[in-house]
Amino acid sequence: MGNYVSKVFGASPAIPLQEHGNTCYQAAKELITLFEHVVADNWDKVEESRGKIVHLENEADELKKEIRSHLPKSLFMPVSREDILNLLLVQDRIANKARHVSGLVLGRRMRIPEPLQKDFIAFTSRNIDAAKKARKSIRELDELFETGFRGAEAELVISLVEELDAIENDTDEMQAQLRTKLFGIEKDLPPVDVMFLYRVIELVGEIGDVAERIGRRLELLLSH
Amino acid sequence: MEDALVYIVLAAGFGLFMAWGIGANDVANAMATSIGSRAITIKQALLIAAVFEFGGAVLAGGEVTSTIRKGMVDSTFLIDKPEILIFGMLSALLAAGLWLLIASMKGWPVSTTHSIVGAIIGFAIVGIGPDSVKWTMVGSIVASWVVSPLVAGILAYVIFSSVRWLILSRTNPLERAKRFVPFYIFLTVFMLSLVTMFKGLKHVGLEISTAECYLIALGLGAFIGVCGKLFINRIQPDPQAEKEFHFATVERVFAILMVVTASGMAFAHGSNDVANAIGPVAAVISVANSGVVGQESAVSIWILLLGGMGIVVGLATYGRRVIAMVGRRITDLTPSRGFAAELAAATTIVVASGTGIPISTTHTLVGAILGVGMARGIAAINLSVVRRIFLSWVITIPAGAVLSIIFFFMLSATLG
Repeated sequence: MGNYVSKVFGASPAIPLQEHGNTCYQAAKELITLFEHVVADNWDKVEESRGKIVHLENEADELKKEIRSHLPKSLFMPVSREDILNLLLVQDRIANKARHVSGLVLGRRMRIPEPLQKDFIAFTSRNIDAAKKARKSIRELDELFETGFRGAEAELVISLVEELDAIENDTDEMQAQLRTKLFGIEKDLPPVDVMFLYRVIELVGEIGDVAERIGRRLELLLSH
Repeated sequence: MEDALVYIVLAAGFGLFMAWGIGANDVANAMATSIGSRAITIKQALLIAAVFEFGGAVLAGGEVTSTIRKGMVDSTFLIDKPEILIFGMLSALLAAGLWLLIASMKGWPVSTTHSIVGAIIGFAIVGIGPDSVKWTMVGSIVASWVVSPLVAGILAYVIFSSVRWLILSRTNPLERAKRFVPFYIFLTVFMLSLVTMFKGLKHVGLEISTAECYLIALGLGAFIGVCGKLFINRIQPDPQAEKEFHFATVERVFAILMVVTASGMAFAHGSNDVANAIGPVAAVISVANSGVVGQESAVSIWILLLGGMGIVVGLATYGRRVIAMVGRRITDLTPSRGFAAELAAATTIVVASGTGIPISTTHTLVGAILGVGMARGIAAINLSVVRRIFLSWVITIPAGAVLSIIFFFMLSATLG
């Protein structure tokens, strides 16, 4: 058929990237439920949560592969292909972290010591807040493509990224407090458990870090 | 002249065949941006294409028709043997038509203009001799194939940048779109009608003074602009599809503009491409009627009508399916982009048609799309496809030439 002009248009990566972002966020969000079940000592439910996270992470991986395969080198885009791919990779790590944490917690049947529980859940939620804000920023991608990455829409995204940075700052502080608290009670706990608790705190904190990096990547897209 | 009727019937038949091919296939390319952006439905696209391709062919196709008819081959060589010109033009038509048919079945991106120009040069070199080709004219036609996508690209860049600056990058894009889009409508109608009146209408037998042209173009532009404004005022934001800046609604405002530029694009395509199909028909008819080569006579209106009809039949029989397929393929083009590409391409094409230069509408449109892309307007452009489209004429010209030489010998042997 002769309608070759229509073949000039490639697929926009915006909507698939947003879908991928949403899937990664859903995986991270499930961590809150998972930890609530851990606190309630309900291991069947923990396993169920873990299953959901694994499923979402796989889904994110599939989306990632599909987006990549639709971005051949011969594509001409308003933003660099590398920046889009890097954004995708960073975003994908949100789901990876969630999977890692859930695996560790379930595998070792980890318990969160009573005095830490409230702070720990709050800390996790705040990190998920960061991931949520990152998703919100990513959701503006199609609008950014619409406006050619300039003007009021670009400023809106910059302000979203600033809010994201503020949340990430919160998580850093909460992380420091949580570690101090854990340090205060660590001698009463089995040493190996303590080691892994530190590790889980670190991993959950990394979700906030990765979310912040999504913001940095978005700024890069805007800085062209 | 003996056999005059046979030649005329043959020419009309071949010309219809080629016009049919253009309607069946090429129109889909010209309308791709309109349909792809979902601004108009398939039915509307067919209606717009039928009306405006026909209008473009009849009202603005005269100059290109006469370039194809007598601009490229020096007929003083043929004073004693008018049959050669008739056979040549018939073979050029057959060659271009057949090549287009093959190419569209294979999905190759070829242009009607390149085929017909290649075919005419081919028979002229072999049937008459290389000296008979007006190489300076051919040179400027070939140069226009480079210049026209470039000009369309620059225009599209400027148009889309203005849209972004005036509308998209603001905090109140919806209000600003409602305010400025009528002006873009005015601009489109004004430009296209002005060029058409300046250059095209003398073939229809209308004489209008320059001042009158401006007045009519102004009036027409203002009238359509006001009509557009009335439609735009009825657009209300859809809270379901909205985020901060109402871009979904903004695009619905642009969709109204797109109806106008789609019409302009169909008009431009008709003025340029239909003329390609009927230029040789006009040449055959003028020689067959008078028996003399090179007699000055205007392109008669019924030939232009014939071309217009051929294209509409092509659309109705086969083109609708191709157009429907375009609609399914393009998913990420919004009206604010599509209109910029179309306005730039249509303006370039109509100006070129007015000066009688046959350019490739597809190349011009792709140039315009790239221009919007350069202004960061299009999410993803497939550069490998673009490269293939631009390189296609390198093969189309020799293919058209070789085919027309073969047909020329066949026709000379059987009819001559």
